[in-house]
Amino acid sequence: MTDAVAVLANVTKRYGAQLGVSDLDFIARAGERIGLIGHNGAGKSTLIKLILGLLRPTSGRVEVLGEDLAWQTSRGVRLQMGYLPENLVFPPSMSGEEVLAFYARLKQQPVSSNRELLERVGIAHAAKRRVATYSKGMRQRLGLAQALLGTPRILLLDEPTTGLDPALREKFYQIIGEMSEAGTSVVLSSHALAELEGEVDRLVVMSNSCKVADGTVQELRRMLHDPVRIRVTLADTQIAIAPGVLGEIEWKRHGPQTMEIRCREADKMDVLRRLSSLSAAIEDIEIVTPGLDAIYTQFLGQEAAE
Amino acid sequence: MTERNYMLNAVAVIAAKELREGLRNRWAVSATVILAAVALTIVLLGSAPTGLVRISPLSVTVVSLSSLTIFLVPLIALLLSYDALAGEIERGTMALLLSYPVSHAQVIAGKFLGHAAILTIATVIGYGAAGVALVFDGNQVEANAWNAFSFMVGSSVLLGMAFVALGYLVSATARDPRTAAGIAVGLWLFFAFIYDLALLGLLVADGGKHIAVSFLNVVLLANPADVYRLLNLTGFSNVSMFAGMTGIAGQLNVGTSFLLSTLIGWTAVPLVLATFVFARREL
Repeated sequence: MTDAVAVLANVTKRYGAQLGVSDLDFIARAGERIGLIGHNGAGKSTLIKLILGLLRPTSGRVEVLGEDLAWQTSRGVRLQMGYLPENLVFPPSMSGEEVLAFYARLKQQPVSSNRELLERVGIAHAAKRRVATYSKGMRQRLGLAQALLGTPRILLLDEPTTGLDPALREKFYQIIGEMSEAGTSVVLSSHALAELEGEVDRLVVMSNSCKVADGTVQELRRMLHDPVRIRVTLADTQIAIAPGVLGEIEWKRHGPQTMEIRCREADKMDVLRRLSSLSAAIEDIEIVTPGLDAIYTQFLGQEAAE
Repeated sequence: MTERNYMLNAVAVIAAKELREGLRNRWAVSATVILAAVALTIVLLGSAPTGLVRISPLSVTVVSLSSLTIFLVPLIALLLSYDALAGEIERGTMALLLSYPVSHAQVIAGKFLGHAAILTIATVIGYGAAGVALVFDGNQVEANAWNAFSFMVGSSVLLGMAFVALGYLVSATARDPRTAAGIAVGLWLFFAFIYDLALLGLLVADGGKHIAVSFLNVVLLANPADVYRLLNLTGFSNVSMFAGMTGIAGQLNVGTSFLLSTLIGWTAVPLVLATFVFARREL
């Protein structure tokens, strides 16, 4: 695939006896926004660090921007990557401006364009203040600013919005959206699935070092066991539905006039077609599409309960 | 920019940042003040006993000051360096730094240059103040004593660098900054106190029967603080006379240049080891 910027094939990473990721396949394409979902310790950070070349795979192949990261990541590749680590603490005695200048010099970017970058993330007013005086949100914005240096082709953000207020979160996703429109591939991890709805093109669900699901929100919905609930209100309490009309579809009668059908996303249209043959007996049909919460519960629910 | 220029540039950028941070968070200032205070105290108190005998006060200062340096400078150097890697690893800035086009060796080289600069500033200004005070005190100082004094300042910086390098090795090995701090203090106690005490005890117990001078040579060279002691207390004849080291100086058949290279080796070897350990460590 020509537009793939990062490819992991059969990658396993062990830390001694502990497993980081196991037999992972992953691809990130140009302009794609990918959400990594999973509990703490599920392997999200490991995946990000493997792409960065900070970790060497125990086995398998990691290819970033067409280069095999077998041993050392080349300078050329690193100049085109942006990274925001989890729980980043900048030196408190330096000003925001100085911190960004330091990273710009290391990335061979003109320090003169830093002002613009600080304005973009919204902390230009505090540029000369010491980082020690910054709020959590401001520090995180400074972190994002350094990740944006040099307009990277891959942007890797580890839990970028954890602990941010909703307005700031929106600002983050806005910038992420702008970057991906310009062709940057954005990979961001989160353990809050709900906030990712509409902000990412694809979700990769990680659990216990393994990838358990990978696809668009739509595709993941289709993978759910019984994701769609169709609530039917019957016109009359006396109506009995003849067996066979609904085929093998299971349904439950909830009350004298209501019944509920659970079916997979893929079968939804078939069920609706069958129901329409009963149209005279039906007063109302309500379709409840599962939200991201249902996806979360199905793929990650078991550990959540533990 | 060429590849080579870039490599040097990254080292310079990191060194400049370390120096700036050191100046900013008062590290350099406090180290300078401590060294100056100690040096001035020695100069002002130390000239009292020299009144009658008319020996050069600067020579006496070199003896007293270098004895104190052995305790003070390694401690300052270790405090400066123990957090350098472990701390940044914990704060997440190390993973970030290494995601930039910067190698492990460049990180260590840059930090070392920055910390060495802080140490040099503190030592030269701090001890330099003592030298200036002596002159203003109206003392006549012979040229030879000035040589010994500048040599002492220079070798103190070298001693500090050796302990900065040892601090990095600790920092690269330790699990977290707190462990690194513990090991660093232990290292300081070992080299500055325990080592010499143990050696002294050994020599007394032996009573000069079995331990050969060549063995003593090796043992003294195996501690950077002792290398520094030998350099300053035996290097200049009018200093070694007062230091009571004349006897040892006569017996030790190692030259100044050999001692200097040993001290530099005490910097280079831990630095290389630290780079090696750090590069193998996964963040």
